Amino acid sequence: MSQDILNILKNAFPSAIVEQETETGDYLEIKPGEWFEIATFLHDTPELHFDSLQCITGVDWGPEAHLEVRYNLHSMKHKHKLEIRIVLDRETPEVPSVEKIWRVADWFEREVYDMYGIVFTGHRDLRRILLPDDWIGWPLRKDYETPETYHGIVVPKIKEEWE
Amino acid sequence: MVLNIGPQHPSTHGVLRLKVKTDGEIVSEITPIIGYLHRCFEKHCENLSYEQVIPYTDRCDYIASMNNNFGYVVAVEEMMGIEVPERVEFIRVIMAELNRIASHLLALGTYGLDIGAFTPFLYMFRDRERILDLLEMTCGARLLYNYMWVGGLSHDLPVGFVEAAYDFLDYFEPKVKEYNDLLTYNKIFIERTADIGVMPAEVAINYGVTGPNLRGSGVAWDLRKAEPYSVYDRFEFNIPVGQGIVGTVGDCWDRYWVRVQEMLESVKIVRQALQQMPSEGDVHAALPKKVRPPKGSIYKRTESPRGDLGYYIISTGKPVPYRVKMRSPAFTALSVLDEIARGWMISDVLAILGSLDIVLGEIDR
Repeated sequence: MSQDILNILKNAFPSAIVEQETETGDYLEIKPGEWFEIATFLHDTPELHFDSLQCITGVDWGPEAHLEVRYNLHSMKHKHKLEIRIVLDRETPEVPSVEKIWRVADWFEREVYDMYGIVFTGHRDLRRILLPDDWIGWPLRKDYETPETYHGIVVPKIKEEWE
Repeated sequence: MVLNIGPQHPSTHGVLRLKVKTDGEIVSEITPIIGYLHRCFEKHCENLSYEQVIPYTDRCDYIASMNNNFGYVVAVEEMMGIEVPERVEFIRVIMAELNRIASHLLALGTYGLDIGAFTPFLYMFRDRERILDLLEMTCGARLLYNYMWVGGLSHDLPVGFVEAAYDFLDYFEPKVKEYNDLLTYNKIFIERTADIGVMPAEVAINYGVTGPNLRGSGVAWDLRKAEPYSVYDRFEFNIPVGQGIVGTVGDCWDRYWVRVQEMLESVKIVRQALQQMPSEGDVHAALPKKVRPPKGSIYKRTESPRGDLGYYIISTGKPVPYRVKMRSPAFTALSVLDEIARGWMISDVLAILGSLDIVLGEIDR
């Protein structure tokens, strides 16, 4: 991420940016509240023109810690990239949906919801996508416990720890 | 009327269910229902060492396993800062491109089958077989290779591979004309695919559609050129884009045609790679003793036959990845189906679905 992008964003949204880029890479941490406005700004501003949302990744930092959503953005025109990270509270993980801006987010957000239980507010059709509708729990959370049976079918045990 | 297509249906290329709302013959809404092949790839990765993940990536897009391996090992190597010997890079490119041809042959053959042309399918599978033989010769497997390792390869090329590969390329190139005569410029095929399911470039980008589907809409975007990884910057090849030769830019026929042209470009790349490849070199030389990337995360994408294949890997410095997310190109390609297939007839939906070339193993992971 170039310094220019950071400056433009800082001027437009002075209060929403939490942390600047660090040595590990080009990312920007923001607060969830203004995410929809920031996303619209990133998409519509001609100098930024992030027209392509590459990926949405959910992360769970453990039962004691928080959840996180990461967005990888890319501009087909300017060929620059940006990673946005949003830290969420574990008990009520809510983040505005950006599915109206990038339609690709529709399924990506459903997948993150399916696996982590992160609620994307304003999503038009937020329901499970890969798992059955009646599945209980959020499988990719670190404290998830595999059920013993599903509709009477015994679920085979997997190894607990890597050896 | 609500019509269910699938989960078991010859045209769904796997286990996919489409809930199609229709008004007479005209489709008004499509809801794809996926997840029948979900195998918790990402959850498994959190309990496996970095090397053990590679065979799992094979099983995601099982039509083009080499490319899946490739994307993953490139990402892990970049995290660890490993320099791979040149010979390894060239072998990887050769394998990935051969696998790309095989994958496109399958896509085109089954697409013809969806439309009702049986013969091209047999011709294309005949030639795909020869590629599978080459891959079998190299690593012993025909579909799920586990060939690329972090820092190297599982085996060097076998004796006689280079000659066999040249033989295949010489054999294959003229065959493309055969496909063109049989299917590409077939009147019935054109009637079924031209002007059908037009996907404008903005829609494709907004829906995150990549690869041949995006190029079919006239956008010259190819990661092998745009963000060259491995040794792709050393080869001369073109990016075929849809031009609307028989219809509108971005229709089913364009997506099909881009794949045909891409096979020829891949042939070019393989030829150049075979010529430039250093004849000596130990493919195990750069294998790390322990695959343990430093703390941090990476999002790396490579060009698989279906588009941008991205891996988001988070490492906490342990021998097991903390998180592996696979951004599958077919996943996004399927999500655009509702948008572009509305307003067409039921039989056209299958033509549009086939032209997107989805693999359910990769969508459901």
